[in-house]
Amino acid sequence: MTATFSKSRIKQLVLGVSLLGLALQASAQTQVDDAWVRATVAGQQATGAFMTLTASTDSKLLGVQSPAAKIVQVHQSTMKNDVMSMQAVESVVLPAGKAVSFDPHGYHVMLIDLVAQVKEGDTVPLTLIVENAKGEKESIEVKAPVRALNMADHKM
Amino acid sequence: MSVLMNRRKVIAGMGLLGLGLLTGCDTRGELSYKYGKDLSDKILGRTFKLKDTNGDVQTLSSFRGMMPMVFFGFTQCPAICPTTLARAAKIKKLMGKDGDRLQVIFITLDPERDTPQVLDAYVKAFDPSFVALYGSLEETAATAKEFDVFFEKVPSGSTYTLSHTATSYVYDSRGTLRLGLSQSLSAQECTEDLLTVMEVC
Repeated sequence: MTATFSKSRIKQLVLGVSLLGLALQASAQTQVDDAWVRATVAGQQATGAFMTLTASTDSKLLGVQSPAAKIVQVHQSTMKNDVMSMQAVESVVLPAGKAVSFDPHGYHVMLIDLVAQVKEGDTVPLTLIVENAKGEKESIEVKAPVRALNMADHKM
Repeated sequence: MSVLMNRRKVIAGMGLLGLGLLTGCDTRGELSYKYGKDLSDKILGRTFKLKDTNGDVQTLSSFRGMMPMVFFGFTQCPAICPTTLARAAKIKKLMGKDGDRLQVIFITLDPERDTPQVLDAYVKAFDPSFVALYGSLEETAATAKEFDVFFEKVPSGSTYTLSHTATSYVYDSRGTLRLGLSQSLSAQECTEDLLTVMEVC
């Protein structure tokens, strides 16, 4: 009985240590660059978050969380015959070492049913959930600055 | 001498003006655009009737004398709509003085969520001269059909987003459809073609 108990304690301990290791490792596994959120006007219920993700090993983005919005989804926009189509996606593949761009022309994070107006100069906390090929998950905390609604796009 | 010069200038000016009237507005024919699509053989958007954010009814002829550039979208659109409106603001600046005659018109495809207040603040964040128009769901559908604009609701969890045509439609100052500008064009490319339209009408 006591033996079983201590065994499970050890298991917990091992798990705890490995989680700690994972957390420490995690910060270096997926790099987030140039994250930003587009500002909204009063009453506007949704906006987009943009960034570049580079994973060190083959991974995928499983989802994003944020206290700024009731619903957070990853969407993909595609252009065909000058028709812009939007689609929510389950996950986004992040190949090892390849920068995956989340911009207005492809994948982006949708913040829907905003809790409050998102104003230029604010920062929006985002938590990215990334899973590597071994099935290990990491949470990445990002503080994305809010840029002006009329922020010009690099393609312009 | 100076009288003669002035008279000459006046005559030359009148000649140019006459030439402009002759070759420009009376010609329905094609213009050669470097980047945009010539739409002069299409009849689109002639009869739409929508409200502006003050509640006043607007039609295409409300903008006579200006060069209307019409774009369809919705304010919850995170990508193409703000990008296209930011491009329009940049175009207006690049056009210089001629930009005063460019009238950017944003028609919402999502009148259920885009209230007049939100629409007004939204377009004016890009340029205070921009106009936003809205109608009922039926009026919106009829207007889109009239412009040959595709749009559809895409369910997304408990909410929805929209897929839609991202073309900007350009009319000359007499309300004749001239040009379609694709979303992929730069502000500089659009400006060149818009100035081509403006040269004739």
